[in-house]
Amino acid sequence: MMNLARWKVIVVVLATVLGLLFTLPNLLSAKMRASLPAFMPHNTLHLGLDLQGGSDLLYSVDIATLRNERLTNMAEDIRTTLRDKQIAFTDLAVNNGAIGLRITDPAQVNDAVNALRASVGVPLAGAPGGREVTVSTAPDQRLRIAFLPQAFDAEASKAVDQNREVIRRRIDQMGTKEPEINRVGNNRIDIQAAGESDPEKLKAIIGQTAKLSFQMVDEEASPEDVAAGRIPPGDELLVSTDGIAANYLVRKKQVVTGEMLTNASAGFDQQSGQSIVQLRFNGIGSRRFGDMTRQNIGKRFAIVLDKKVISAPVIESAIPGGSGQIHGHFTPESANELSVLLRAGSLPAPMKVESQRTVGAELGADAVHAGTTSAIVGLVATMVFMLLIYGFLFGGISLIALAVNAVMIVGVMSFTQATLTLPGIAGLILTLAVAVDANVLIYERMRDELRAGRKLIDAMEAGFARAWGTIFDANMTHIFSALIMFNLGSGPVKGFAWTLSVGVLTTVFSAVLVTQVLLAWWFRATRPKTLPIA
Amino acid sequence: MKFWPLIKVLPVRTHFRFVRLARVFATLSVLAIAGSLFLTLYPFKLPCGGLACGIDFKGGTVMEISTTPRPVDPARVHTALAGMNLHEIVQPAGATSALLRFESPAGADISRTVTEVQAKLTQALGTVRFVSTDVVGPTVSGELLTSGLVGLGVAILAMMLYIWFRFELQFGLGAVAALFHDVFLTFGLIAIARIEFNLQAVAAILTIIGYSMNDTVVVFDRFRENLRKYKRMPLAEVIDMSINEMLTRTIITSMTAVLALAALAVFGGPTLYGLSVIMLFGIAIGTYSSIYIAAPVIILWGVKRGGDDEVAEPLKPQTVR
Repeated sequence: MMNLARWKVIVVVLATVLGLLFTLPNLLSAKMRASLPAFMPHNTLHLGLDLQGGSDLLYSVDIATLRNERLTNMAEDIRTTLRDKQIAFTDLAVNNGAIGLRITDPAQVNDAVNALRASVGVPLAGAPGGREVTVSTAPDQRLRIAFLPQAFDAEASKAVDQNREVIRRRIDQMGTKEPEINRVGNNRIDIQAAGESDPEKLKAIIGQTAKLSFQMVDEEASPEDVAAGRIPPGDELLVSTDGIAANYLVRKKQVVTGEMLTNASAGFDQQSGQSIVQLRFNGIGSRRFGDMTRQNIGKRFAIVLDKKVISAPVIESAIPGGSGQIHGHFTPESANELSVLLRAGSLPAPMKVESQRTVGAELGADAVHAGTTSAIVGLVATMVFMLLIYGFLFGGISLIALAVNAVMIVGVMSFTQATLTLPGIAGLILTLAVAVDANVLIYERMRDELRAGRKLIDAMEAGFARAWGTIFDANMTHIFSALIMFNLGSGPVKGFAWTLSVGVLTTVFSAVLVTQVLLAWWFRATRPKTLPIA
Repeated sequence: MKFWPLIKVLPVRTHFRFVRLARVFATLSVLAIAGSLFLTLYPFKLPCGGLACGIDFKGGTVMEISTTPRPVDPARVHTALAGMNLHEIVQPAGATSALLRFESPAGADISRTVTEVQAKLTQALGTVRFVSTDVVGPTVSGELLTSGLVGLGVAILAMMLYIWFRFELQFGLGAVAALFHDVFLTFGLIAIARIEFNLQAVAAILTIIGYSMNDTVVVFDRFRENLRKYKRMPLAEVIDMSINEMLTRTIITSMTAVLALAALAVFGGPTLYGLSVIMLFGIAIGTYSSIYIAAPVIILWGVKRGGDDEVAEPLKPQTVR
């Protein structure tokens, strides 16, 4: 030990300098940071939402509803296919995640199966001839059509990613401070918005599916039948928010949908001065909208948003140009919000909030204050205690190791931009307090060896060599518990686990190497005959 | 200076006969564990038994509201929310703020409930600030509880395997006995002190597991070394000697941890209070268990002495002096 390897000195000096360099931005004001030369690190500690205030929204994508929606669309395809083949059927319905129906003529069951196998669903990638659905027969001429599990899982996974993309686009359009949007596990999306952003506004813009469709209003059915709940097949009764009728009976067929939009913007009607939303359709959309308006002059069509009719205008003339307007009951804000939603696209699958954690900026500032105060008090107490126990020299050496340790932890946390949470600060304080354990182990070992009758230099050597195994084992246990905590979920606890883990690594480094280098220097400089702690 | 540095005046070598008292303490510990288990589990109801369950594990909403400069009037809060079927609880927190806890009615959209509650409170109370809002849905709370408990289980198992791998099976068993001891007693404290049982509490317990193992490992390390050095010495004496040799270190390290945690408990604010109190207690218990549980348990099983393959007679409990 006393013939100190040069690499140890280099590593210690390098680590300290790097630690200081990466810690430095935290001590400077924003202005001073900006004036740092480009090669210097600029990142400060990345404070968690509990420290800087903000909202964490965890959404789950409703896979079951997605499946039902897809199956409902598919049921319509089945209806068309079987009608084209002139196969009579009854009881076409979606339930328990599958489509069921009954073929009227037993002789046509095979034809029906073949027709459906050939046409329903999307061909499966990588499986020639395979499709994403299975068609199976059951007694009594019944057929069951369901998704292949792996095909639907892929579909669902894609939908979750698309949802995330749509949310990102919507939030970008809002122009607020950029939140972090992450997919979590199978079907979750986590949104973290820092600072003063209003979670309610965020929820309003994220929570809407924003599925737009133009559907014809069925004006032929008798109001009495509808009132009695007898809805004609192929129709649906939708709630209305247009302030004219309570609900409308509309055809299920969606002539134009939100996917066919190329742009949406808020504007004002030139005659009435009311807020409107202006739409532009793509090629298919223009053609369909043109056809619909040409063929249905004098009839009503419904503009449906998320299963609610927002407007049901009468078609006065054919509109061929590929643009349209929605006259809802808009305020300028709500018109703008809807156009944002339409531009960003609809969510492929509906979502619901699983958890929400919001911390006001003020509370965050309080937490930073409490964390800093307790850190300072805790560290000063530890330092005084170590000086009392081991004196200026050995106590001081352990404190320098502690300081290097602290600088390295802050440096690593700043460099990796890992999130520092309030429990993380607690983890930091605890780590530093327990870090001196390594010094204590080394010092106690040295005293033992000296007492066993070794010469001073041998005792110091042995102290390091033998304490090392113990220090390693003892710190491994901390790493284990930190790793397990890391898998517990929740942001603040992860922050705690991360600071503990970083702390353990820097502790082993600083307590062993830094202490060793300092003691070696002391030994060379003074050639002591006795140990000041023995 | 005669009394400084302190290390010079601390007794150089203590000769406490820890093992001798092991039976007494073991009995006390077993009683304490039984009591803790009962308090933790009774009434035997999911999700948290006798613990003060936080929303992390049972789901629901906690909202901190502030009506500066006036204090929050619980009666007006209740009136505002009447009819929503929330069974809300209003708890004063500081002069002008209060904690509002409620469960979302079954089947309701939790986030919409929050939006509605905030709108109604704004209407009824006028200037109200929503300082913080925590909402945990039933799915997430169930998952958090499972992952918390699994985490504790895995931690204990991982520690046992590590000790087994680095030492011997007997050591692993002793360490695990100490771990269970620490974990159960800590649960007892959480139950008695009505500390909110949430993810942070689980994190605190995991930290205790790490710390308690750290302590145990240090004692075991010396114990193993002494077993090799003194092959003829009776097991109980080797254990006593090892613990005594490490006693100074144990005290110093526990002291630094206690100092830091006390600072956290006093200055860390309400968020860190539970966390730091649990850890304070755990560290005290962890130190005790390394001495009185982990090492003596090894005596019951006996242990292979280094070098020659002769297995030391496991001592029957009544022959432990």
